[in-house]
Amino acid sequence: MKVMSKTALRKSGVPEPGTHDHAPGTRTVRTPGGLSLRVDVRASTVVVALLLAVLTASVVLIGTGDFPIPAADVLKALVGDGNQGQEFIVNELRLPRVLVGLLVGASLGLGGALFQSISRNPLGSPDVLGLAQGSTAGALVMIVLFSGSAGQVTVGALVGGLATGLAIYLLAWKRGVHGYRLVLVGIGVSAIVTAVNGYLITKADLVDAARAVVWMTGSLNGRDWSQVWPLLWMCVVLVPLVLANARGLRLTEMGDDVSYALGVRVERVRLLLMVAAVLLTAGATAAAGPVGFVALTAPQLARRLTRSPGPNLVASMCMGATLLIAADLASQRAFGADQLPVGVVTGVLGGVYLLWLLVTERRAGRI
Amino acid sequence: MNRLSAENVTLAYDQRVIAEQLSVEIPDNSFTVIVGPNACGKSTLLRALSRMLKPSQGRVLLDGSVIQSMPAKKVARTLGLLPQSSIAPDGITVGDLVGRGRYPHQGLLRQWSTEDERVVRESMESTGVAELAERYVDELSGGQRQRVWIAMALAQQTPLLLLDEPTTYLDIQHQIDVLDLCAELHEEQGRTLVAVLHDLNHAARYATHLIALRGGEVIAEGAPTDIVTAELVEEVFGLRCQVIDDPETGTPLVVPAARKARTRVVAAEAS
Repeated sequence: MKVMSKTALRKSGVPEPGTHDHAPGTRTVRTPGGLSLRVDVRASTVVVALLLAVLTASVVLIGTGDFPIPAADVLKALVGDGNQGQEFIVNELRLPRVLVGLLVGASLGLGGALFQSISRNPLGSPDVLGLAQGSTAGALVMIVLFSGSAGQVTVGALVGGLATGLAIYLLAWKRGVHGYRLVLVGIGVSAIVTAVNGYLITKADLVDAARAVVWMTGSLNGRDWSQVWPLLWMCVVLVPLVLANARGLRLTEMGDDVSYALGVRVERVRLLLMVAAVLLTAGATAAAGPVGFVALTAPQLARRLTRSPGPNLVASMCMGATLLIAADLASQRAFGADQLPVGVVTGVLGGVYLLWLLVTERRAGRI
Repeated sequence: MNRLSAENVTLAYDQRVIAEQLSVEIPDNSFTVIVGPNACGKSTLLRALSRMLKPSQGRVLLDGSVIQSMPAKKVARTLGLLPQSSIAPDGITVGDLVGRGRYPHQGLLRQWSTEDERVVRESMESTGVAELAERYVDELSGGQRQRVWIAMALAQQTPLLLLDEPTTYLDIQHQIDVLDLCAELHEEQGRTLVAVLHDLNHAARYATHLIALRGGEVIAEGAPTDIVTAELVEEVFGLRCQVIDDPETGTPLVVPAARKARTRVVAAEAS
């Protein structure tokens, strides 16, 4: 048994008491009342940088379109200090669209981070598990079988996503849900639902089929305030709930036994967070259609930036919003307004990323 | 009344019953070691004692209360477990991992107190991993990694610590290292330790209290010097052997009979 001397400790870079934490790169804020908060410096920097990036991109995006508006005028209009025409375009037409994009991106990023943490697998994201396909099935049923209104399609997509999430949970449940079983069951469910979607399209007439295909690419076109509010309320309720359970989630990544021994009610935390993740994903998909690969890539990119082992929930959320807004900006700038749905851009970028991920995972011997 | 005990528990995975009507007392301040052949239910018993497995009948008592009915964090402040399988998250440092052992003492607004910091430092020092604090866990050797996990369990600051085969996959030097550490925790810090061990000689040397299991039943329990005999080893493990005094410690040392001696006996019995 080696007990290290004081000097050896200092030499080896172990911090002296009271200076900073054992986890490198974190700072602790303590109050005299015994409260203490722990902050990861690098992760916080990443979050602030992403927020700045996404807000800048949002302002540029609002200024982009058939009537280009300079960034300064956009800001003026947002605070109610612009001319009437610009204020109408900014606040009534373009702001809700950008807000939907921000909320959808954040929800997908958070939902993806939760799923990847619960399955302990970067492939365990809603795109791969078939949640988006489930939402699509719900939407297609409304479009093809009932020729439903936009509102009914949204409800259909929500119900489809939730039902698929429930089905995956029940099928994968065997004394707890985890790891590869969740991924494999999800891939199976995804294949079945995709087949159902194909069948529904073949049954559709031309008008419905065209509408279905537009919905299936995922787009922010024509989104208004009526889509913003439900999404916003969902985030207001779910995000704090999720973050309050983040510490428990972080421990479950060390295995059920360890986290259980540390006093985490593993199954409860996991069920709660899975429900939240399904709601976030289904809600986002109902609002914008199945925007591909944001949920898959955002948590992984966030993780590589923060270099932190935890689930990186806040950073994933900001990254999701940034990715979606950036993709929408790219699609509008490169191909003219409303030409290319945002889902096409995220799909292309995400597909390349997925290939890269598969190759590196294979090299690391994990698949 | 001991702090931890199992009363008439029936332990089963789904329909497969491992043990029926099993009762075990863990003497306070002991270093209890559970031994027995493969599949005798020793790890299952440890899982039940640490509330990982809910008994289908009977109950496990911790400080007089049924362990399942207690708040999860309260149990985690009293009883720690070093499980067989644990996953170090990618890119986690030793200091961060050990710090996670403080979870049951923390809350949403009390995330990292000076007390947490002190206990984590002491845990790393007493397991000899303080110099590795900034290193990544995936870079460490098996022996170092096991020490890090033990440090995490120590940071939990529980008077009771359960260890499921803590020496498996380690070479002989690291096995002794880990067992020495356990003995130290028991003797110097006064913790009650319960470990499942495969090596009977290690068990006899380190345990203050031995529980021998076979087929889900307690065959014998007590101090190793009192209960380890050639008859007991044959009854529990089905192995003919001699039990001699360990030349180093005087504790019982099990020496398996030579192959020829054993085959001769089988041949004699057959004829």
